[in-house]
Amino acid sequence: MAIQDIQNEIIDEFSMFEDWEERYQYMIDLGKTLPLIETKYKTDDNLIKGCQSKVWVHAEMKDNAVIFTADSDAIITKGIIAILIRTFSNQHPKDILDANTDFIDEIGLKEHLSPTRANGLVSMIKQLKMYAIAYQTQLS
Amino acid sequence: MFNVEHIRKDFPILNRQVNGKPLVYLDNAATSQTPKQVIDVIVDYYSNYNANIHRGVHRLSQEATDAYEQARIKIQKHFNAKFSHEIIFTAGTTHSINLVANGFSSLLKKGDEIIVSALEHHSNIVPWQMLCERTGATLKVIPMNLEGELIMSEYDKLLSKNTKLVFVNHISNALGTINPIEYIIEKAHAVGAAVLVDGAQSCPHIKPDVQALDVDFYVTSAHKMCGPTGQGMLYGKEEWLKKLPPYQGGGEMIAEVTFEKTTYADLPHKFEAGTPNICGGIAFGAAIDYINAIGFDAIAKYEHELLDYATEKLSEIEGLKIYGTSKHKTSVISFNLDGIHPYDVGTILDKLGIAVRTGHHCAQPVMDFYKIPGTVRASFAFYNTKEEIDTLVNGVKKAKMMLS
Repeated sequence: MAIQDIQNEIIDEFSMFEDWEERYQYMIDLGKTLPLIETKYKTDDNLIKGCQSKVWVHAEMKDNAVIFTADSDAIITKGIIAILIRTFSNQHPKDILDANTDFIDEIGLKEHLSPTRANGLVSMIKQLKMYAIAYQTQLS
Repeated sequence: MFNVEHIRKDFPILNRQVNGKPLVYLDNAATSQTPKQVIDVIVDYYSNYNANIHRGVHRLSQEATDAYEQARIKIQKHFNAKFSHEIIFTAGTTHSINLVANGFSSLLKKGDEIIVSALEHHSNIVPWQMLCERTGATLKVIPMNLEGELIMSEYDKLLSKNTKLVFVNHISNALGTINPIEYIIEKAHAVGAAVLVDGAQSCPHIKPDVQALDVDFYVTSAHKMCGPTGQGMLYGKEEWLKKLPPYQGGGEMIAEVTFEKTTYADLPHKFEAGTPNICGGIAFGAAIDYINAIGFDAIAKYEHELLDYATEKLSEIEGLKIYGTSKHKTSVISFNLDGIHPYDVGTILDKLGIAVRTGHHCAQPVMDFYKIPGTVRASFAFYNTKEEIDTLVNGVKKAKMMLS
């Protein structure tokens, strides 16, 4: 599925929730289901220091698509990672580079992507894009 | 008579809502809120007598200078300094510490030792590490125990004739522990070392008497005690302030300037280069007036009640662990829920309108000691209520339910 379609799907899912509690509970549950990064990839090299919560990201290329796995020590951060991974993983590097994260505003989680939040998510998105650039270079 | 409902009316910000809920502000150790008596002074300054101080012959400059120097005298009296020129206005605690650390660069040599405590804020570690790098002196650390108290028998062992400086906070920002600074000062002086006490956390709760303490340097920030940010002070004994070289060059701090040589101004101006935060200094004085009008004894008694109440109620939550359990502590509770990241707890509490701090509180060595990434820290001021603590406790219970 294209990134835009996945993002629309997520917006639809979140529109069913009536208040912040339902949204957060959903995100926390998503955090629990996120495929954990393999322990061997939970290295300092893959660590994004977010000051408050730690984020690990691993990327690999399979059939011209980038597969991301990730983890965090904070579950709300992990829930948002789950949403981001769902949109960006298993996509062509060029599509990852063209995509944006505006949908996060629409599902009421904008505050978590604030650069002052110090949860590692802004750096994580940058990191996803960096991987996409690297793999794109390999392909061309 | 201490009346919290009456006091709360002084703080306009306490009326606001956050995420649709009444604000419960429990991040007082990071910054305190500002009463209208102080806000009025700031508005009055900019509305009526904003001018550059000292040297000005015109009326506004005279009024601003008088108010600024009156504030210095208020601060002198509050801390019981011997002279008003022992009070140096700074931008805050960190600035004050850096001023002293920088001054000691020329007084230390290789082989000299500096002692800090394991409970320090980064601002009281990094400047001394930099000082050690510049001078070749070495940094020693007073260890702490599980209750979050400094171990005095270990401190005794660290002291020697090589000890030149001891730096310790009066109260730990991460845990709220009140350190035995009287003992620390006495022992340091016995080996001829100077002592700097970081009072950023103590000044909202305690009225330190710098002469009785016989402390060499005492530093604090106005914004921790109902004053504005960007304003603080350094108290230094006259003999020390005379000995230390100026920190920054510029206007205000000179007596005479030629291209061959500059002579420096007398204390306190020697350390106050450039146009200061005039309004900040005046508002700092107003904040001290405000707190003194309520009275430190009444504040201490009330805050202790809040601390006991919060400790009791939070301890009832299964899986909640409090870090820093010294009998000597102020109204700060640092805690974690078993298996739950403090960042997650803080996020849920924010959605409920409750402001707490999460993270390492700029005291990573303390967190490393407990082997935790950080804590949730609720810190109470005299304008908080037991009802707000109930809201916090219910919020923590809700966070626990959602996150586990």
